[in-house]
Amino acid sequence: MAELNVPANVATTAVGERIPTVIVDDAHLIYRIYGAGTGSAASPAAALRRIVRRQPQKPTLREVHAVKGVSFTAYRGEAVGLIGSNGSGKSTLLRAIAGLMPVNRGAIYTQGQPSLLGVNAALLGDLSGERNVVLGCLAMGMSPEQVKKATSEILAFSGINERDDFASLPMRTYSSGMQARLRFSISAAKRHDVLLIDEALATGDSRFRRRSEQRIRQLREDAGTVFLVSHSISSIRDTCERSIWLESGLIRMDGPTDEVTKAYENYMASR
Amino acid sequence: MANTAVADADSGLTRAQLAARHGLSVAGARPTLAAYVKQVWFYRHFITTYANAKAVSAFSQARLGQMWQVLTPLTNAAVYYLIFGVIIGTSRNVPNFIAYLCVGVFVFNFAQLVILGGTSAITGNLGLIRALHFPRASLPIAVTLTQLRNLLYAMAVLVVIVLATGEPITLQWLLVVPAMVLMTIFNAGLAMALARLGAKLTDMKQIMPFVMRTWMYGSGVLYSVKAFEQNLPAVLAHLVNVNPLLIYIELVRHALLENTVLTSPAPRLWLLAVVWAVVMGVGGFIYFWRGEQEYGRG
Repeated sequence: MAELNVPANVATTAVGERIPTVIVDDAHLIYRIYGAGTGSAASPAAALRRIVRRQPQKPTLREVHAVKGVSFTAYRGEAVGLIGSNGSGKSTLLRAIAGLMPVNRGAIYTQGQPSLLGVNAALLGDLSGERNVVLGCLAMGMSPEQVKKATSEILAFSGINERDDFASLPMRTYSSGMQARLRFSISAAKRHDVLLIDEALATGDSRFRRRSEQRIRQLREDAGTVFLVSHSISSIRDTCERSIWLESGLIRMDGPTDEVTKAYENYMASR
Repeated sequence: MANTAVADADSGLTRAQLAARHGLSVAGARPTLAAYVKQVWFYRHFITTYANAKAVSAFSQARLGQMWQVLTPLTNAAVYYLIFGVIIGTSRNVPNFIAYLCVGVFVFNFAQLVILGGTSAITGNLGLIRALHFPRASLPIAVTLTQLRNLLYAMAVLVVIVLATGEPITLQWLLVVPAMVLMTIFNAGLAMALARLGAKLTDMKQIMPFVMRTWMYGSGVLYSVKAFEQNLPAVLAHLVNVNPLLIYIELVRHALLENTVLTSPAPRLWLLAVVWAVVMGVGGFIYFWRGEQEYGRG
């Protein structure tokens, strides 16, 4: 996996210029959180006093500046690892690239419609695994005929039926590993220009992880770009040749995976 | 792979120019209105599947399961029969009061559940919105379809009640269909408008139950609003008469029951029903579309 296996005519234009698929230009992302009330607003009297006095900042509304001006460009056929400690803004950035969260400042440009594969891609827990597959495929924009064809393949790839007929049980009865496997299988059923993977492989067992890493390589060979968020440095080293290290919403380092992960590990060890 | 470390290996272009040159689009940008309509139509299978799934999963934890789809309206009718038919024993000068009451309750319930569901259609599905990409109008529309499905069960119960109270089957019954179609369009538009409002103003969820109670008293659900004209100023009385929910309830009563007293002549009611459906349906959709790119934010 040292070199890319993408043919030159796919990854570059005629003049040898690489084709960008994701351009992030000074992106700022702010979460607004309601109900994060501080002690002063806990009683009705305090809430009334606050309204009467017209205090400018609503205490029940808090803003979290998760990403503070990030810029980079990703190209076709690239697999980019995103690393950083918890709460550094990795997942938020992926959501914004997927177009699921608007940027507050700056801009994000993408090729086609990126797909986000996350651990909390909540489908309906009360429905059976099979119904969730159908719903997930339809939400990705497949036609009913395509869904019908894909359903059995997805269930087979996920391997949730290996022990018992789990596909007909409600999804809330699944273990977190099984849920993650099914969700990954749904997302991987479609060809993506840009695939964003957020810790989705962390809960699967080693056999499924191998299978899914193989699937990611396949998706990349279809001239796509893959972003991978993971706390498992070995899985980043296995799949990505470029890594971006985010810390407190800012890019701390962007470069070849070996250099970035080494610096990151030194940083984490020193804390 | 040495050059991957350089974020901008381009020929002096800004990032925006580079994006334009390679035909990249802004992530999560709002599509044009025409494109949005096309998207929603393209996602129709998702909308119907999601609406059905929601209806099914609402009762999945109950022992009697899907029986509740019929039992809910039946129990509702039984409670009103007990209170108004047996305990109070009043008919308030309305012929066939039980059937009159049940039409009012079922039809109003449809609107009420769509409105309450629509208000939290965005805020209650943030997980789904942040995970998957689909036109967000799918959610309030799915809420409407879920409740429409429940209404169809209620209508089956209603037909039994209406027949049991001695009403004849007439050709006029067919008018229920256009009345329900118009009301569904009206409800969908309102659900979309409230979904956007509810996403912005988180207090809406607390306010709506009171709005709905007031609206119920002005919609002639439990009694005729004829008496309002004597007690209310002319402006307010007129407002009650053009109340869309009153109009849709009256139209269903007019279709199913023989001796209904209408607040306005039937042609005027039909005209108002169409106007409300078009204004709310189109207006609600456009209003919702204008906020499309904002819905992911908490």
